[in-house]
Amino acid sequence: MDNNPLNMPLHLKQSEQRAFEDDGTQRTEKIKRRIRQLLWHGVGFGFAALWIIPFVWVVRMAFLPNDSAIGAGWSWSFTLENLIHVWHGAPFFTFFLNTVLVCGGVLAIQLVTLTMAAYAFARVRFAGRELLFMLFLVQIMVPPDVLIFSNYQVLNELGLLDTKVGIMLPYFASSFGVFLLRQSFKQLPNELEEAARVEGASRMHTLWRIFVPLSRPIYVSFAIVSVSFHWNDFLWPLIVTNSVDNRLLTVGLAMFAKSTESGAQWSDVSAATLIVAAPLMIAFLSFQKQVIGSFMSSGIKG
Amino acid sequence: MVTGWSEKLRRNGFGWGLVLPALVFLALFTYYPMLKSAVLSLYEKNLATSEPVFVGLGNYANLLKDSVFLKVFSNNIWFAVGTVPTSLLLAFVMALFADKAIKGRGLARLSFFYPNMIPMIAVANIWLFLYTPHFGLFARLAAWITQQPVNLLGSPDTVMGALMIMMVWKEAGYFMIFYLAGMQQIPKDLYEAAAVNGIGALTVIRKITIPLTMPTTLFVAVVAITNAFKLVDHLWIMTKGGPNNASNLLLYYIYDTTFNFYDQGMAAAMTVVMIALLLIISSLQFFGWDRKIHYE
Repeated sequence: MDNNPLNMPLHLKQSEQRAFEDDGTQRTEKIKRRIRQLLWHGVGFGFAALWIIPFVWVVRMAFLPNDSAIGAGWSWSFTLENLIHVWHGAPFFTFFLNTVLVCGGVLAIQLVTLTMAAYAFARVRFAGRELLFMLFLVQIMVPPDVLIFSNYQVLNELGLLDTKVGIMLPYFASSFGVFLLRQSFKQLPNELEEAARVEGASRMHTLWRIFVPLSRPIYVSFAIVSVSFHWNDFLWPLIVTNSVDNRLLTVGLAMFAKSTESGAQWSDVSAATLIVAAPLMIAFLSFQKQVIGSFMSSGIKG
Repeated sequence: MVTGWSEKLRRNGFGWGLVLPALVFLALFTYYPMLKSAVLSLYEKNLATSEPVFVGLGNYANLLKDSVFLKVFSNNIWFAVGTVPTSLLLAFVMALFADKAIKGRGLARLSFFYPNMIPMIAVANIWLFLYTPHFGLFARLAAWITQQPVNLLGSPDTVMGALMIMMVWKEAGYFMIFYLAGMQQIPKDLYEAAAVNGIGALTVIRKITIPLTMPTTLFVAVVAITNAFKLVDHLWIMTKGGPNNASNLLLYYIYDTTFNFYDQGMAAAMTVVMIALLLIISSLQFFGWDRKIHYE
């Protein structure tokens, strides 16, 4: 123990000094980190802002009066004219109903076919199962989108051109969905099924009462991915349909945009674009956690 | 356990019965069309021939001589080369940024992802406008940079670049989602250990995040390459493949050949080429499958 009073202050001074030095390097380190973080945030939010620009632009055009649309400057004027004009300019309500019908129809049938197939692949041992499963994977590799040429002919042979059923048919079976759901069914414990069988429940009963409810999140994921795909699909519905009555929103929008090519009508096209994109956008904004989560899980498992 | 023949038969019947509905639709709209394309690709069938004529591999030979097909094919390769790595890199950086649950980042995530919810055809409308000379925002920006009015979609030199930028905008946020999912599966203690040892953020990304999201990268790469061949809706609105086929892509050319030139034999041959391409691309994923499962 050094109790020399002369040494004490010196000692104190030394440690004080060291502490001060530490504090200095720490502070510069902190400032450096802060700057780096600020930069990182700047870049990140900068990109985010960049990503929103196209949408902001369209929204602005959609609500901008026609006469100020051509001007180069910014204008705050606001109107609903364009939306009303466009809504009456083409049968968008029919297109909307058709789109809802097609998305709903496809999803309803898909849910039935994929539940059955997924259960068979996950839980029933039958001859040729592995081979058949490989065969199912072919649809994931070669999606119906690229088979438009020959599927058109198949539809022609069936006499279903220019019908809503024709638009839906190629998508009634979804290998992707089967794959997704099979994974989920496989993860459910065997005991559940055995217990149900002991209780005297049939296999179909077990499937509908136990497997389906327990895989609800997967069904929701698949439904979101499926509906957003079919809502946005264009080339196939374009090829299949001829009459206005059977057109979907995307096709209607494309036809509308093609019929108005001069720059003066940009506000109309923007309004139409907004009308077509709005339903899904609104749904997405209201359930964004769910939607993003669905796409996430569809990726991990798929 | 001995199972009787009747039990076996019943189980097999049950299994096949369950698979049957899906199988019927797959057969009608995947297997049959694939076979049909393969067969028809061996025939000459167009407006000039009333009855299909067997020509063997003649259509394929013609494809190799068709300058438009070669152009479209190389366009598609360039389109993939131009969009896939950029989208993946951006998606990765976006995910790094949006991963942390810090205030405002949810908003960033939202703005990166929303293009995925807009129909491709609506995206095409939006960007067609952005690129319209004199009016569009990006057209004006380009004109300001080059100090002369430019028609980005009207010139063979710029049209591909313009469409690639649009595609990256549309897709990067979608791929970000998969990276977010991948990053969430990385054990947190790895990062904690790195932090305790005072390892810098960039090193952590290089040594932990990138290697452990490799399965995601592989999956996303396959999806992205497939999309580069699959997504052509925008061409219908924006360029129709022009000017002078500078922006034409394979699937759009198939569509044109079928429904505007009515040359079914050639369209079938191109469909077969397309199928072969897609099978090769997705087999890439199957080669990497083991690693993917390992990390799950």
